Amino acid sequence: MNRGPYGEIAYQGLWGNNPAFVQILGLCPLLAVTSTVVNALGLGLATTLTLIASNVIVSAIRQWVRPEIRIPVFVMIIAAVVTAIEMAMKAWFFDLYNILGIFIPLIVTNCTIIARAEAFASKHPVGQSLADGLFMGLGFTGVLLLLGAMREMLGFGTLFSQAHLMFGEALRDVALTVIPDYRGFLLAILPPGAFIGLGLLIALKNIIDARLERRRRPVPVTGPAPAHGH
Amino acid sequence: MRFEPRHSSPHLAPVGNVGRLMFAVVAALVPGTAAAAWFFGPGVLVNMAWCAATALAAEAAVLRLRQRPVRPALADGSALVTALLLGLALPPLAPWWLPVIGAAFAIVVAKHLYGGLGYNPFNPAMAGYALLLVSFPREMVAWLPPGDGGLDLSAVLHYSLAGTLPPGATLDALTQATPLDTLRTQIGLGRPVAEAMASRPDLFARVGGVGWVWINGLFLLGGLWLLWRRIAAWQIPAAMLGALGLLALVFWLLDPARHAPPLFHLFSGATMLGAFFIATDPVTASTTPRGRLVYGAGIGVLIYVIRTWGGYPDGVAFAVLLMNMAVPTIDHYTRPRVFGEEKGR
Repeated sequence: MNRGPYGEIAYQGLWGNNPAFVQILGLCPLLAVTSTVVNALGLGLATTLTLIASNVIVSAIRQWVRPEIRIPVFVMIIAAVVTAIEMAMKAWFFDLYNILGIFIPLIVTNCTIIARAEAFASKHPVGQSLADGLFMGLGFTGVLLLLGAMREMLGFGTLFSQAHLMFGEALRDVALTVIPDYRGFLLAILPPGAFIGLGLLIALKNIIDARLERRRRPVPVTGPAPAHGH
Repeated sequence: MRFEPRHSSPHLAPVGNVGRLMFAVVAALVPGTAAAAWFFGPGVLVNMAWCAATALAAEAAVLRLRQRPVRPALADGSALVTALLLGLALPPLAPWWLPVIGAAFAIVVAKHLYGGLGYNPFNPAMAGYALLLVSFPREMVAWLPPGDGGLDLSAVLHYSLAGTLPPGATLDALTQATPLDTLRTQIGLGRPVAEAMASRPDLFARVGGVGWVWINGLFLLGGLWLLWRRIAAWQIPAAMLGALGLLALVFWLLDPARHAPPLFHLFSGATMLGAFFIATDPVTASTTPRGRLVYGAGIGVLIYVIRTWGGYPDGVAFAVLLMNMAVPTIDHYTRPRVFGEEKGR
């Protein structure tokens, strides 16, 4: 299967080398903020923006950064990007910013970002690095959303509650009550629920991959070898 | 040379099979269970039935999914024992989904996701109990007063299935805190232990809670029978009860107004059930003789700590789970010396 460079980047980011499912990076925010869909979406988009910006900058200056000092340089670029995004969120999504709290500045420590800077952006041209940041970010956001939806439904019996924090007052009523009169299931909201949920999602991905592999087996695989993050 | 039959792997002599072991455990549970049903009404048995049905169904379903033989695994009774222990730990008036969720979690997540019987690091019954206690704190403290539960089987079944109580009865009026919980609250309010216990003769007997003394005493009896039959290792209950009693004794002697007497700790809550039936689970407990002493003592200490300074009414479940986590380390450092091996090498 030949996807071309951009198709391959999209496939790796969204599925084959998904930062949350396969690389298991950025676990701390992944587990901490996925108690509702809206929180998950907020952090996912912030992380995606950071990834795109840091990938583009790292890729643009990759000719001039000496390998001995590349890690401090990456860290400073990422920190600058995260600070800018944090201030932007504080300005435009203040309530969401309050809920996500420490996890916005902590995006700086999300290993996905420095991993992509080191493994991809510092070796590829700007366009491909931008695509990699976008799709890695979307892959991460997708997992956050899935986990957030699972935990919100099990834990509170709702979906998209507090959507107005992100999309303005017009969407305050978008919240769905999936299970009426639900008493709540605290474990799903607490950290163990996040671990168990993520474990089940990864198991599901492995099952799907195994099925796809079995279906593909008769045809020998000729596509490019998966580019691993490390 | 005589082989000690209860050592770890290379020296393990065949002592019956898992099935015979598990059914001896069930038999030993009978007297204590009867006492619990006598004091807290038929709800105890209803919970155990829900747990047993769910656990067996979950066990069969998971075994089928894992493409393992279903019948022998069901017949060995390990799922049944897990279910009965969980059922005994639940409050006697519970909606049906409480035991069902707990038992399903115990079997599917705590047992089979870790590899099934023999591979699970955590005691499945206690994992199920901890899940329920963390997730549904309100339902998990709905204990009935001892003596006369006041509800017959049909009333309990009605509550379990539909959540309705007989006319005139409310959940808040029917239920009350356990002796352990009450004493903790009273100590927190600054009342001396002796005065707090004397002011509630309906709840406190001379050494422990009304009813709880009998329940714990009969579990002790069943447990001693298990020790006599050499089914459970004596080190675990001895070390656990010893550590709990000793710690309680020290603090009680230091300040009897703020600490419950040692006998109260030994004969309240799930102490005896935990010591003989839960902590001794052969899969999740330590396997070396010295390790069992450490493991049991650790549980005893943790129970006292959680009961006295923790936030939960009883500490057996969390104490057992925490020590389960320590078992690999304990086993590593207490490995018996191989014959001929020199010390310090």
